[in-house]
Amino acid sequence: MSIALVDYGAGNLTSVRKALAAVGAEVYTPAGPADLARARGVIVPGVGHFGSTRTLDQAWRHAILERLDHNRPLLGICVGLQWLFAGSTEAPDVPGFGVCQGLCDRLPDVEPATGARQKVPHVGWNTLALPRWSRLFAGIADGSHVYFTHSYAAPLARGTVATSSYGIEFTAAVEEGLVSGVQFHPEKSGQVGLQVLRNWLTGVT
Amino acid sequence: MLAKRIIACLDVRDGQVVKGVKFEGLRAAGDPAELARRYDVEGIDEVVILDVTATLEARQARAHTIQAVARELFLPLCVGGGIRTEDDAAAAIDAGADKVSLNSAALANPALITRLAERYGSQAVVVAIDAKGDGERWTAYTRSGSASAARDVVEWAREAAARGAGEILLTSMDRDGTKSGFDCPLTAAVSDAVAIPVIASGGAGEFAHFAEVFQAGRADAALAASIFHFNTHGVTDLKQFLHEQGIPVRL
Repeated sequence: MSIALVDYGAGNLTSVRKALAAVGAEVYTPAGPADLARARGVIVPGVGHFGSTRTLDQAWRHAILERLDHNRPLLGICVGLQWLFAGSTEAPDVPGFGVCQGLCDRLPDVEPATGARQKVPHVGWNTLALPRWSRLFAGIADGSHVYFTHSYAAPLARGTVATSSYGIEFTAAVEEGLVSGVQFHPEKSGQVGLQVLRNWLTGVT
Repeated sequence: MLAKRIIACLDVRDGQVVKGVKFEGLRAAGDPAELARRYDVEGIDEVVILDVTATLEARQARAHTIQAVARELFLPLCVGGGIRTEDDAAAAIDAGADKVSLNSAALANPALITRLAERYGSQAVVVAIDAKGDGERWTAYTRSGSASAARDVVEWAREAAARGAGEILLTSMDRDGTKSGFDCPLTAAVSDAVAIPVIASGGAGEFAHFAEVFQAGRADAALAASIFHFNTHGVTDLKQFLHEQGIPVRL
């Protein structure tokens, strides 16, 4: 079960690799888009700036689409989830993959309900709301805590299967057919995070 | 709702936790990996390894310690102590640290904050500030608290954030080791001045001190060492206590 962990230079992948190994996935880092051909599943990780996804050019997009055509699932993590959307106001000139509708935007500096100042980035353990069943969250309780660290967030979309709130309600996870994404870091979210990775792997055949 | 984080600090020297450890059932008392695993089971939110070994030859040993702790820990892991250069930071991150904590090196060379933030993202860069003061103004200290850096703490925290730090780890030298409670005025002053999370440290002696620093001190997280080492169920009990006080925590 060979999983391609796409390293496009957006941060350190040690923790993701370690967590995937812990749940029994065999992971490799593709040398280029052509090297995706043997992947049974593709993971696009990422920390930091949306602009770093600029590296995921047409060749990568085509290679990932080709995998989806062969029923090979895709998982985006953090900036990787944001990349599934049309784009982000953080880097307006960089298009996203566009599977999900809407633009990612900066989290509000002020809590709209109370007018209180809130810190951005949103760092730490926050609760998930799970509005409907999904493969990703099978067996995971509504209200479970997961670890976030981000300043931009994706809007609610058709494929939203988990939300969290920080001033506004945002998409914590999407699942649309073969395409999934999580805004939080499953590799840093204890047993809940490992279960999310295990659940995603059940769709990788 | 975003939870207040409880962070355990492991003070490590030559691969062993050096502050007193009294957990029963550990294969080796003072083994950082065992201790981290125990804290994970109890519900700790994050682990900081503060490696007080400062010698060059200790760098290899530090990488082993980080690897051993990171191997089975799927929580954020921060490493500090003796991170002086970009290479030191890279070695810690390659060994499995998610964040590095800079102290004296950031004061001596603030550009290092920006350099590491550009390379790994701001979420990986914690600036640790050791503060000493009179209750209204605080000065940053360097070299493990032995020398004044002649910098105002609030102003230095603002600069660190502006240069790309993702979090501030704020230690009150006046309270450290006293068990008389966190320095809430200091923590609140820094927390109000920056838009990044502030981790309060120094002075934890009882559970009520954590409630104080989250409320009056406006801390986003609180770090302690010996209060957890000496209590078999310290983390679980502390979180239950905070929950009953109406403070959001991950249970």
